[in-house]
Amino acid sequence: MGKHLVGNHIRRLRFNHNEMTQQQLADKVGVTRQTIVALEKGNYSPSLELAFRIALAFNLPLEEVFFYGENTEE
Amino acid sequence: MTYQEKKSIVSLISAILIFGFYCAYMYPRRPEGDLMSAETFRYWGSFVLILMLVSIIAHIVISIIFNIVFRMTTGEKEPAFADELDKLIELRAHRNSFFVFIIGFLLAMGSLVYDQPSQIMFIILIASGFISDVTGSATKLYHYRKGV
Repeated sequence: MGKHLVGNHIRRLRFNHNEMTQQQLADKVGVTRQTIVALEKGNYSPSLELAFRIALAFNLPLEEVFFYGENTEE
Repeated sequence: MTYQEKKSIVSLISAILIFGFYCAYMYPRRPEGDLMSAETFRYWGSFVLILMLVSIIAHIVISIIFNIVFRMTTGEKEPAFADELDKLIELRAHRNSFFVFIIGFLLAMGSLVYDQPSQIMFIILIASGFISDVTGSATKLYHYRKGV
């Protein structure tokens, strides 16, 4: 558990978007802060719908927020 | 530690305490004598029904107290809704909880097949209900901490 193939850049993107807090992002995409924490830790792979909503919150295409497999950038 | 993790721990501890105190209260009141008497069946029937009632009321009261203490200590409001992660964890908790209860139910029926006293059947049923409740809370705690 906890080793998911779907990774994300949410933490970095939040920082780049005026240091958006986890709660602000959670409110924007309609989930609890706990879910954002789990996503950032890599403990949860979101549904496709939530993934799109997060990408929309950052005004980025899906593949710039989420990636599949190992990522050496972060 | 997040709200959901704390709530799972509180739920786990309260389930153990409620069951423990209730059993400690009811055990000395068990009827002596004939194990197959109407009195014995009435005792076990009331044991289960009152346990359910006490358990529901105690869980509601503990949940309210927990929310008040959580707000006072953290200054945060508890989440007002369950999102997809919460629902997924809830489903897994229910699955494990039902699995444990079904095993207990089968064991209870098995005890009747093997001519055990009806008291054994009631004890297995009640114990499996308690263990399934604990399993549900433990599953939630595990998934909130380790992920899904």
